[in-house]
Amino acid sequence: MLALIPLFPLIGFLINGSWYAFLQAPSGRPKAGAAVPGVIATLAIFASFVVSLILFLQLNELSADNRVIDQLVLQWITIGDFKLDIAFHLDALSSLFTLVITGVGTLIHIYSIGYMGHDETPGKFFSYLNLFCFAMLILVLGSSLPVLFMGWEGVGLCSYLLIGYWYSDDEKASAGKKAFIVNRVGDFGFLLGMFLIFSTFGTLDFTALKVAVVHGHEIALPAGVALGTVTSICLLLFVGCMGKSAQIPLYVWLPDAMAGPTPVSALIHAATMVTSGIYMVSRLNYLYTLSPAAMSVVAAVGAFTAFFAATIAIVQRDIKKVLAYSTVSQLGYMFLACGVGAFASGVFHVITHAFFKALLFLGAGSVIHGMHEEQDIMKMGGLKSKMPRTFLVFAVGWLAICGVPPFSGFFSKDEILWQAFSSEHGSVLLWVLGALTAVMTAFYMTRLFSLIFLGKPRFDEKAMSHHSGHDDGHGHGHGGVHESPFVMVGPLMILAVLSAVGGFMGLPKVMTGTEGWLEHWLEPVIPIHEVVEYSSSALEWGLMGFSVVLAVLGIFAGLKLYQNLNKPKALAERWPVMHGLLENKWYVDEIYQAVFIRPIRALSVGLWKGFDVAVIDRIVLGFGRVFEWTGQTLRMTQTGSIQTYAFVLLIGIVMIVGYLIYGMV
Amino acid sequence: MMQQVEPWVVLSFCSAIFFIGLAGVLIRRNILVILMSIELMLNAVNLTFVTFSKQLSQMGGQMAVFFIITVAAAESAVGLGLVIAMFRTLRSVDTDQIQLLRE
Amino acid sequence: MNISPIFFYAFASIAIACSLLVILKKNPVASAFSLVMVFFSFAGIYAMLDAHLIAALQVLVYAGAIMVLFLFVIMLLNADLPSFDLGRSHILQRILVGASCLVLFGMFVWSFKESPTTAAVGHFTPEQIEAAGGNTRVVSELMFSEHILPFELTSVLLLGAIVGTVAIAKRKLTRSS
Repeated sequence: MLALIPLFPLIGFLINGSWYAFLQAPSGRPKAGAAVPGVIATLAIFASFVVSLILFLQLNELSADNRVIDQLVLQWITIGDFKLDIAFHLDALSSLFTLVITGVGTLIHIYSIGYMGHDETPGKFFSYLNLFCFAMLILVLGSSLPVLFMGWEGVGLCSYLLIGYWYSDDEKASAGKKAFIVNRVGDFGFLLGMFLIFSTFGTLDFTALKVAVVHGHEIALPAGVALGTVTSICLLLFVGCMGKSAQIPLYVWLPDAMAGPTPVSALIHAATMVTSGIYMVSRLNYLYTLSPAAMSVVAAVGAFTAFFAATIAIVQRDIKKVLAYSTVSQLGYMFLACGVGAFASGVFHVITHAFFKALLFLGAGSVIHGMHEEQDIMKMGGLKSKMPRTFLVFAVGWLAICGVPPFSGFFSKDEILWQAFSSEHGSVLLWVLGALTAVMTAFYMTRLFSLIFLGKPRFDEKAMSHHSGHDDGHGHGHGGVHESPFVMVGPLMILAVLSAVGGFMGLPKVMTGTEGWLEHWLEPVIPIHEVVEYSSSALEWGLMGFSVVLAVLGIFAGLKLYQNLNKPKALAERWPVMHGLLENKWYVDEIYQAVFIRPIRALSVGLWKGFDVAVIDRIVLGFGRVFEWTGQTLRMTQTGSIQTYAFVLLIGIVMIVGYLIYGMV
Repeated sequence: MMQQVEPWVVLSFCSAIFFIGLAGVLIRRNILVILMSIELMLNAVNLTFVTFSKQLSQMGGQMAVFFIITVAAAESAVGLGLVIAMFRTLRSVDTDQIQLLRE
Repeated sequence: MNISPIFFYAFASIAIACSLLVILKKNPVASAFSLVMVFFSFAGIYAMLDAHLIAALQVLVYAGAIMVLFLFVIMLLNADLPSFDLGRSHILQRILVGASCLVLFGMFVWSFKESPTTAAVGHFTPEQIEAAGGNTRVVSELMFSEHILPFELTSVLLLGAIVGTVAIAKRKLTRSS
């Protein structure tokens, strides 16, 4: 039954893919719209969700120690000591992830039916979406690192396919390439980490690894394994996370990835793919706990990324870019949590982030759709009255991400901040970075919200309907800005509800006297992280209140500043250098271009011209030239003159007679 | 002086004439001179036959020479006929112009 | 061999000199005349070797008929083109030809010297030939008894040669009147 979870999306991929490849692609426009492939895809992922739910309930029945369902699909490789089985392993952690993936995935599929209604190749789109879900489910269900890595690579591939979905635009295609290549750099670290694990522990299976390190409630280095090795393993694996989950320095692909359709951004770059790094780190939490050095690195990178990305998000003009940097920032929070030992809090934030970020992205998609493909928030405004339902759900997401109680974002973010402050791996500096990021998050999200929905419209509505960016035969009979259809707004509402109440799964101990449901649920996989220092509830309440104050401050500043565009413009003129730095993303892309890409390109061209063409081609062509030369030379013997032939005959006779004479000597 | 001439001297004289004729065939470009060189070679062979006939006191060699002379006459007649026919087409007797066998 | 050295060497040197002239002279007429000289000296040597009929035939047929034919053709074709033109590609070939001929000649001479002298096996010693009536009589008797078949075939061959030559050299009758 477990294998059904990834199987359904695979079937959906094959059906939609075959329809596209054999029926639509050769003959042109489809007869049905996005409805048929969309429904097939949605049914596939919904079936997975149902199975996930059933299995989740089954797991619930089992006792806490036994909360595992394993299924072997096929024994793939057995070479010497190395054994690789394609097997699935459902336990507390992966069941949560499968629920999130399939649940949020279903909602996004339904949304896409509406959003991609005017696309020319919906079959291709939905087949890619299903393929992505298949790969992601393989990733979270894998029972060993190689199977996880197969899913890892699969989601990387689908990310490339979906980001560059509108491939006829060079920029969009390049964004896809960038995502894949930067991910590849991370994957290199991941592979090295896997090799090191295998050479150190002799196995790559999660269960076996856990048995090697965890004994009861104690975690200890196995005999003969140096701490440095474990630290290297953790850091190498974390390089993979830097790529896939967009941390510094490999985050640069995520903002560019916004070139893909909005449902793609929601599914892949908010809710699921980018969280695979946190999944992997949480899965191997025992390894990380062994190595305080690695933990510090993870926490520091996470905190700094969160801060850094938030600074960039403050001045971005494109809706999706703001949300992209916000995603990078929130992922930083999750790694901060993992780095200070609160893996469960990281997972908690993954889940709540999936809800509200998907909601925000889909809401942004709704806005873009209503504004006829306009994405510059400076050109929006006053959409509260024009798109009321989108306004409401977006508001819920906004409040959730700002960390306003009782929405889900508050609980998860606050837990992370508390752990950063009080954990034995944490420090005040980390907490300060986190808190500053929280302020900035509230600020820029409020900026986004007010620039889009509040105030007066900054666009010409009449010009909207004749906007050239929307001339593919939009079926609506009216021009101007309009609310999105229910097929798009419905999922948004469900996500809004989840964002609102989802926080109650992880209520902190100080409120309820015991750990939240989530921490208990994850206990077999992630031991409960007891906070040793600062274990005073007064301090915790105080910090909690302080976070709320920070959120309110940020919101207030945002609202005041962005009532209209005058004050921001004045600010930008007062500090042009800072504004320029932030607006140009601290010139990171340009630095990478100059430091890495240009030298590598120069090296490639040099090697190509200097070695491949000059040496290898010469050798290979030289072989042909030798034969050519031989033929030309031998051709000269065919003179056509009999005297020459007779002369050659004479030479032969000389030789023969000479041989005979020699015999006689 | 009735000294002896060793047989090998006569034979080497014959071979000298033969090789001179052979060199002529290979070197000269004029067809007629080539044909004359062929006659030289045949004559050298004739002399060899006669030498052996005298040395071995047999008549076989002289009979062979008889026929060789006859055949050589016929052959040179035909050859000259060919030269005349060729001359009609090429307007020259230069062998370098006959290169139809050339690739 | 029982021949006079002086005469032999005289005839031999004339023959060699003239044959060299044959192959080295530009003018084909000069070559032809040198060849006639060669034939004459050969006839002399034949005579010294007691092959009197052959000597006579040599002069009659070779020098008298064949060379005349040659001269006819030379005159007819006016073939005095520069035939010793040393083309670029030809010098090396000519040098090599000369060299290999010399080498081969040396090898032949050496093998002639080294081979043992065979004893006379036949019974046509000069005395017996003299007794039988002279060289011509012996040759003709042999010709018409033992070698009658090749004799007749040779006459057929000559017939064929005549017909063939006429056929080849004849001008095609394509008159347009």
